[in-house]
Amino acid sequence: MSQIYKPGTKLSSTVCKTQIMVLRAPAEELTITCGGAPMQVGDPEELGSLDSAQANGTLVGKRYTDEAESMEFLCTRGGEGSVSVAGYSIDIKAAKKLPSSD
Amino acid sequence: MNIHLLLQMSSEAMGYREAIVCGETRMTFEELGEAAAQIAAKVDSGEKVAYLAEAHPSFPAALFGAALAGTPFVSLNYRLSKEQLDAQIARITPAKLITDSDVSAESLVTVSPNDVLGGSAYEGEAPDVEGAVAVELFTSGTTGEPKSALLRHSNLMAYVFGTIEFMSAEEDEAALLTVPPYHIAGIAAVLSSTYAGRRMVQLPSFTPEAWIKLAQKENVTNAFLVPTMLQRIVDVAGGSLNIPSMRNIAYGGGKMPRETIEAAMDLLPHVNFTNAYGLTETSATICMLGPDEHREAYNSDDPSIRRRLGSAGIPIPTIELQIRSEEGDVVDPETTGLVWVRGDQVSGEYKGHGSQLDAEGWFPTKDRGYVDADGFLFIDGRADDVIVRGGENISPGEIEDVLRTHKCIKDVAAVAVPDVEWGEAVGVALVCTGDVPDAEICDLVKANLRSSRVPSVIKRMDELPYNETGKLLRRVIRDSFAD
Repeated sequence: MSQIYKPGTKLSSTVCKTQIMVLRAPAEELTITCGGAPMQVGDPEELGSLDSAQANGTLVGKRYTDEAESMEFLCTRGGEGSVSVAGYSIDIKAAKKLPSSD
Repeated sequence: MNIHLLLQMSSEAMGYREAIVCGETRMTFEELGEAAAQIAAKVDSGEKVAYLAEAHPSFPAALFGAALAGTPFVSLNYRLSKEQLDAQIARITPAKLITDSDVSAESLVTVSPNDVLGGSAYEGEAPDVEGAVAVELFTSGTTGEPKSALLRHSNLMAYVFGTIEFMSAEEDEAALLTVPPYHIAGIAAVLSSTYAGRRMVQLPSFTPEAWIKLAQKENVTNAFLVPTMLQRIVDVAGGSLNIPSMRNIAYGGGKMPRETIEAAMDLLPHVNFTNAYGLTETSATICMLGPDEHREAYNSDDPSIRRRLGSAGIPIPTIELQIRSEEGDVVDPETTGLVWVRGDQVSGEYKGHGSQLDAEGWFPTKDRGYVDADGFLFIDGRADDVIVRGGENISPGEIEDVLRTHKCIKDVAAVAVPDVEWGEAVGVALVCTGDVPDAEICDLVKANLRSSRVPSVIKRMDELPYNETGKLLRRVIRDSFAD
């Protein structure tokens, strides 16, 4: 199911524990999946089965982005599935190093 | 968004890590999460969570607890007079006030910092309400009636996500928190330390001796200081300071005298110093002068590099910055103007006064300054502090910088004094360590700056008035010239 996502929207995987929060998204309809199944708002009652081809896992605290960095998701809870967006290649964003300021 | 997410992630991913150390009390992130839920459970519908006390474990717990309960957190200044405090409390009720002080007001329920911890925990999830306010902070009001700055969850989260990586702190890292809870730097430190997974060591009442002792005892690695605190530590150290665990010291909240930062770098050569420039209205830091820039400036013979030790640094990646003239045009490097900033962390909104942002989202900081050719920002002072002599704008900072080079002048402030001929003229308040005749002061200014900068009134003081977080109280000095 594709739709336009607003920053702050939290999406849960339906096949693993993964939860992400949209930090940035383009103003276009996106189809976001995790572990091969569409992600949804709110945790599912029961977990479906994980697509083993989509099981690289997510890590809490990591940011996920496409090559052009047009969208960015923060993993707020890690899981076994991989986050994908149809038509884009999603990967972990390299951490930027700023000095500690507080 | 909701700032409670930061604590939730930390308590789930590294709940075993120590979060808070305050005196004999020690608390892990999991326990801090529980404490926040206990506070949230005590909040009645429609109540804000207010805090009027020195640093205590209930401060971070209340900051996150209010967020969990879906209500703003308001931190009040415990150094205010009763009258000032009553006036602010009347502006925030109904509220649950965490305090040991004897205050009462209509629709105000007080509870002590110890008693607010414990009891049953709130079971629900933190609400995501678009545009919800996370923190209300009264500005210091050095120039007038304090305004209540509104910081939304989205502003604070933008600051955290823009500057810190989750769980980026090593397991042994500890931050020494000395800035009071009612200061934006005190709030920011809790949010970033929580997200980074860094132990927060609270020092409720700052003295340089206590700071050094606690840093040694807790093997502190990080600290934030306002300039006057750093100066007092340098004074007490007397040339040698043994804190081998210390790695990073950030400073901000006021102008850092060059002599102070140089002395601190000499004293702690292994420490990384960072100047963090920001305002309450920008959810803390918007520009940074990092450790490498400090060392480069310190060791450089090139005056244009060397002066960067007095720079606020460059904007963080998520912030845009412009210097504009009074007329609103963007000016060239090296030209002094008004500092404007834009970014998701910038709130720029006061309760009852609305948003101060322009149509394109730019916020006028009311600070004056300029950037150099490489984008390094130099803050000159508050726009309100400019002396307007016969239509000519005079920056107090340039006069102060010149006078500070005199070896017998320990501290100096230039302010506007009423003048029959010019409207305003330059008044200078000095703290001297020896006998410096007026003529010598005037000659020093005349030799370096235009004659309009020469003070028409000079007074000597035992010390200049600062507030407790190191902000020079220019209004008090101005008033003292009028007496």
